[in-house]
Amino acid sequence: MRRSCYLFAYGDLWGCAAVIAVYDVFYLVQLIKVRIMSDSEHHHHSHEEGSTLTDIQKRVKALESILISKGLVERAAIDQIIEHFEHKVGPHVGARVVARAWVDQDFKQALLMDATQAINHQSDFPEVGQHLIAIENSDSLHNVVVCTLCSCYPWDVLGLPPVWYKSAPYRSRIVSDPRSVLRDFGVELSESKKIRVWDSTAETRYLVIPQRPVGSETMPESELAKLVTRDSMIGTGFASSLAGNKDHG
Amino acid sequence: MDSIHDLGGMNGFGPVKPERDEPVFHEDWEGSVLGLQRSILYLGLWNIDVFRYAQERIRPIDYLLWSYYERWTHTLIATALEKGLFSEEEFRSGISDVGTATTSLIPLTVRDASKAYIRGNFEREGISEPRFCVGDVVITKELHVSGHTRLPRYARDKLGTIIALRGRHTFPDAVVNHGEEDPQWLYTVEFEGCEVWGEGVDSTISNLVDAFEPYLSRPEYE
Repeated sequence: MRRSCYLFAYGDLWGCAAVIAVYDVFYLVQLIKVRIMSDSEHHHHSHEEGSTLTDIQKRVKALESILISKGLVERAAIDQIIEHFEHKVGPHVGARVVARAWVDQDFKQALLMDATQAINHQSDFPEVGQHLIAIENSDSLHNVVVCTLCSCYPWDVLGLPPVWYKSAPYRSRIVSDPRSVLRDFGVELSESKKIRVWDSTAETRYLVIPQRPVGSETMPESELAKLVTRDSMIGTGFASSLAGNKDHG
Repeated sequence: MDSIHDLGGMNGFGPVKPERDEPVFHEDWEGSVLGLQRSILYLGLWNIDVFRYAQERIRPIDYLLWSYYERWTHTLIATALEKGLFSEEEFRSGISDVGTATTSLIPLTVRDASKAYIRGNFEREGISEPRFCVGDVVITKELHVSGHTRLPRYARDKLGTIIALRGRHTFPDAVVNHGEEDPQWLYTVEFEGCEVWGEGVDSTISNLVDAFEPYLSRPEYE
C-alpha cells in the first residue's frame, strides 16, 4: 500500500494501477497457499498423530470435551439429541399430519386455526413446539416457505432442513423469482396461479399442506401419508401423484 | 445488521441443487455440533437470537465459504468464549478450571435431554393492545441497525397489509441489543411482488414476513 501511494505521489497512475493489480494477485495467491498449506498440515498431522481428524472435527471434539469435563452436559444427553434428530423426527411426522388433514375436515380446520394445538390434541402424534402455522395450497394458490435470514424450519414436523434450504441460491432467489426456483425442482406452476412466499423471520414456523393428489379419494390415511413428500410441505414440490411423477400445477 | 446473511433478493448464486436421498448428517461431526448447540442453548446463558447474531457477524467471505455446520461450530466456540462459558485455556487443554464461574448453570442430564429439543414458547402475556389489526395497510421502516434485527432488507420501506396477528413475542432486536425480552406484537405482513421488486416482476407473486410492531408504521396519507 505504501508503495502504491508513493507511486501515486509521482503521478504515475498506470504504475499505481499495476501495483494494485499485482497486490490483488498476490493476495489471491496467498489465499490459495493458505488453503493448500492448511490441507497439507492436516495431512501431516494425520501421519504424525495416527489420526485422520480434520481441523473442524478437532474443534467439535474440543468443544464437546470441555463441556463434558466442566459437567455442563452429559455425553448421553448429546447422543440422545442426535438420535432424536437423526431417527425420530423427520418428514414422516408432517406427512401424517397432512394425510389426516386431507381426510378429516374438522382436523384440517383446527390445523389452519392453530397447528400446534391441533397436532398436540391428537394422541397419536408426537408433541410439537409452539407457533406452528399450517398454510394450504389450492387450485389458485401455491405457498412456499423460506428463511432468508438464517435457516428457520419446522423441525418438529419435518426434521432438520436439507442443505439446499439453508444455502444462498435458495434463500436469495425464492423471494424474488419463485417460479424459476421451483423449476430447479422440476416444478412448473400454471402462469395464473398465485404464489405466496413466506419468509420465516420470527419464531413462527410454517408447514405447507399440499393439494391432495387426484385419484386418491378412496385411499386410507396411512397410504395417503406415503404420498406426502418433504418438498411438498415446504412448497418446492407436490405430493406424489398416483400416476407416477406427473405433476399438476 | 446489513451483512451477507440477509440474502433475500440477491442475484448471482446460481441454481438450487437439491441432493437426492440426502442424509440427515453428511458426517458424524455435524450431528455432534447439533447436539452441542441444543445442549448449550438449554444451559440458558444465551438464547437463539444471540446465536443467530453471532452467525451474522461471521466475516462475509467465511459465511459463504463455510458449510452450515462449520458456521455453527465456529459460532458456538466464539460465543462460549465471549460469554465466559469456558476460557481459552480450558478449551485448548480440555481440562476444566474449577475457578470459572459457570456453576450457577443447571447441567443438561440425559433425563432432561428431551427438553433440549422441544421448541420453547416465545409468546409473552402482557397488557399492551396491538396497534394494528388484520386488514390494516402498514409501511415497514427503513431500518439500518448495526446490531440484530429480523426485518430483511428487501422488506424495508414497503407498503403491505396485515394478514394475521401472531401474538406478543419476545423481541429479538431487544434480546440481542439490550439483553431484555421487551415483548412486542407480531404480525404477518403481505406485500405485493411489484411493491418489493419493482416493475416487470411476476404479478402473481406476493411476499410475506413476520414483522414485530416496532418495524411497522402507518402510511402518512392515512
